[in-house]
Amino acid sequence: MSSSFSAIGEEREIDQNEFTPGIEPQATWCPGCGDFGVLKALKGAMAELGKNPDEVLLVTGIGCSGKLSSYFNSYGFHSIHGRSLPVARAAKLANPDLEVIAAGGDGDGYGIGGNHFMHTARENHDMVYIVFNNEIFGLTKGQTSPTSPKGHKSKTQPHGSAKDPVRPLSMSLSAGASYIARTAAVNPNQAKEIIKEAVEHDGFAHIDFLTQCPTWNKDARQYVPYTDIQQDDEFDFDVEDRRQAGEAMYEAESRLYEGEVLTGRFFKSDRPSYGQEKRATGEMPETPLAERYFDDSYEWERSYDLMERHR
Amino acid sequence: MTDNELVWRIAGGSGDGIDSTSQNFAKALMRSGLSVFTHRHYPSRIRGGHTYVEVRAAADEVKSRGDGYNFLLALGDSFARNPQQEAYYGNEEVKPLSENLDELREGGIIVYDEGLLDASEIEDFEERAEENDWHVYPLDLRGMAREHGREVMRNTAGVGATAALLGMDTGPFEQLMEERMGGDILEQNVEILEMAYEQVAEMDHSHDLRIPEGEHDETQVLVSGSTSIAYGALDEGCRFIAGYPMTPWTDVFTIMSQNLPDVGGISEQVEDEIAAAALALGASHAGAKAMSGSSGGGFALMSEPLGLAEITETPVVLVESMRAGPSTGMPTKPEQGDLEHVLYTSQGDSNRVVFAPGDVREAYEQTRTAFQIAYDYQIPSIVVYDQKLSGELRNVPESFFDREPNPSLGATLTEEEIAEAAHHASGKFNRYTYDPENGVSPRSLPGQRDGRFLASGNEHNPQGHISEDPENRVFQMDRRMRKLESIRAELDDAEESNQTLHDPSGDAEYGILTWGSHQGTVEEAVDRLNEGGHSVKSMGVSDLMPYPKDEVTAFLESVDECLVVEMNATAQFRGLTQKELGRFGEKLSSLLKYNGNPFEPAEIVEGFEASINGGDLPGETTKYVPAAGD
Repeated sequence: MSSSFSAIGEEREIDQNEFTPGIEPQATWCPGCGDFGVLKALKGAMAELGKNPDEVLLVTGIGCSGKLSSYFNSYGFHSIHGRSLPVARAAKLANPDLEVIAAGGDGDGYGIGGNHFMHTARENHDMVYIVFNNEIFGLTKGQTSPTSPKGHKSKTQPHGSAKDPVRPLSMSLSAGASYIARTAAVNPNQAKEIIKEAVEHDGFAHIDFLTQCPTWNKDARQYVPYTDIQQDDEFDFDVEDRRQAGEAMYEAESRLYEGEVLTGRFFKSDRPSYGQEKRATGEMPETPLAERYFDDSYEWERSYDLMERHR
Repeated sequence: MTDNELVWRIAGGSGDGIDSTSQNFAKALMRSGLSVFTHRHYPSRIRGGHTYVEVRAAADEVKSRGDGYNFLLALGDSFARNPQQEAYYGNEEVKPLSENLDELREGGIIVYDEGLLDASEIEDFEERAEENDWHVYPLDLRGMAREHGREVMRNTAGVGATAALLGMDTGPFEQLMEERMGGDILEQNVEILEMAYEQVAEMDHSHDLRIPEGEHDETQVLVSGSTSIAYGALDEGCRFIAGYPMTPWTDVFTIMSQNLPDVGGISEQVEDEIAAAALALGASHAGAKAMSGSSGGGFALMSEPLGLAEITETPVVLVESMRAGPSTGMPTKPEQGDLEHVLYTSQGDSNRVVFAPGDVREAYEQTRTAFQIAYDYQIPSIVVYDQKLSGELRNVPESFFDREPNPSLGATLTEEEIAEAAHHASGKFNRYTYDPENGVSPRSLPGQRDGRFLASGNEHNPQGHISEDPENRVFQMDRRMRKLESIRAELDDAEESNQTLHDPSGDAEYGILTWGSHQGTVEEAVDRLNEGGHSVKSMGVSDLMPYPKDEVTAFLESVDECLVVEMNATAQFRGLTQKELGRFGEKLSSLLKYNGNPFEPAEIVEGFEASINGGDLPGETTKYVPAAGD
């Protein structure tokens, strides 16, 4: 804990209402939207972990999911479509003491931001990434998204999509994420527990969060019933085994489009986080960059001992 | 062109060690008391292809590459050879000779490697040499290198020959080698150097070119524009950089990456330029001094995060090192074609600061200013320069860089200050307040107690929440735009102007206006014009946004006519000047060049004369655009 950032690491009881921004703004999500479920689970998880709202930075993209940072009362950065991850991971590098969470939609995370997703997972930054997966573009009024099923008809794909949907869990595994889970807004308790695990995990924790869209994907309860793979005997596999995890993911991703919803923790490894790796190579300081600008006693190292090479 | 100067050109293939040899040569001349300036010409390929570097040296300050040169060291184009067959591809074997003859001055010296190059293959070589009084020294540089070391060391033999021909001591070269290498390699190179020196010193010399004599008052360092920018950032307390390699921006990125870990900073090479700029924003938002940058095509990708920095008021410095465009254009050639791109890219009204340093000193100073403005005003600052300034080396006193790092984060509050600041009823900090004096509303940083706010790319209210309220919109827009007026006032009040006036004759009648890397070349042209009986002054403009209206107006009002010199096809800076000042259309004419090579002073002299007297332009690759109504 540091003097200039005294909210970080404070130990006290946190009420989940502290994460509600008070009298405004009112959420503009549609009635029955799955996004409410993410917000609720996130508030509950952070309160139960005793996180002070001032030590949390929530970075979002654009779209319905991007509004999460408006309705969650922490520090926030509502960035641009697909770009939450690069903003978030640099904030974590500049101040590793912060609790950094990034969030976005399936178009945001698996489409326009797909490159950032791959590389952030690969680098294994210590942060949580929640992707609101409702298989549709919501705020732009119902276009086909990267997770929309093959054959999905929309105004921009009137003949039905000829593309297979992306497989977000498998993508994440192959890219290098060290914690991968899928949960659903219709399963608030599991969602909260998974977010808690993800926050406590040291590494890139990717949560594919199934959020029903009652407006553009008409069946508002499309992710019910669901099966928790940790509770079901059929899915007895070792989450730390990449091959077994990959098979479980393949099953879950295939069955989703057949109407069977499998949720739970799919993969977990103790691969060192990017911050640890970068410190080990000497490319990252032990103390937060942010701290030194406030520290009068900090001795700024002169870059110009290397002036010699120019003489 | 002064009589007492050396312009030494080393030519060969990329990969022949042209660059490192020329750097050492320039440094040796600097250490011997001369002022030096280098100019690099290279193709966009890794090995082979014709490349050269010029080192211009004189006792007085040298501000540009000059025009023409008087000493050619032509090495063989070894890497264009097929290593298995010992045969050359195409007709590359004489290129280091044939491609360089046009600009060699009368009375100049040619040293070429007769082990690799055959002058008899060049048509009229002997006639031209006689006509121009060239002094030609064919030497078996490759043979000398082989005798004591390896073939690639023939550039060392060339340097030894150069020293012997110019009456220089080999001591400084040996010393430089000792600093850079050791063991067998050092020993072999020293032997080759001395052997070449002795062999050439014994020969009959028909030329009278000698190394000029000079002396520096204090220790000098040899730096490029990119080095200056990197050191400006480091001295300003920048400890985070994110980037993606792209020529010529890579130079700054490399220097920063090599130095940041040593001073407790972080460098990130990331997946693309959108990410790079977004990372810089994220680091800045969390409380670090951060920068990113690119060249034209990469900067195009940064247009999104640039706008995000504007509306979220996240301080950041972006560097744009221009090369010839559009699109991939000419990767290793300079141009000033990205001016409008840098000023106006991204959606919405532009709310950013843009500096265009005119030389290596300004590159350092204005990078520091760019950080100060960015953090004091919470606005993106852009330092725009080009491939020419990026790679050219000049000497400056070492003490020029001797400044303390600046730990200030600008308009950022401490926790004590946050506790006293206005908060909304919801408990959120009023980050984006309505009525600060200069448009700047100080920020808090994540992790600080009770400083919570939302930085949003959407238009937002004082707490950062999305708002489409018309009144709030106008307040927020006006407040953000008001920063530019405050910044202009601060820059106008500064002790030293960023604009560089050069008026050797006192109160000159004619003007030349330029921006960026041609400042020194224009100044040299102005000196020659005044020596030739003209009455001319120049101004190098560095502040592009907010534009220095008062200074440029005063300059233009004081002259009868003004030539605007810039390296693009559409007179972008002249257009900017007329747009910002709203007049002077009848006074401004343009001299343009966009063939990938920088202006030489003589071209500006001739272009100026053509602009006031009519007549021919210097060569087919410059273009004159007359004033409105002419």
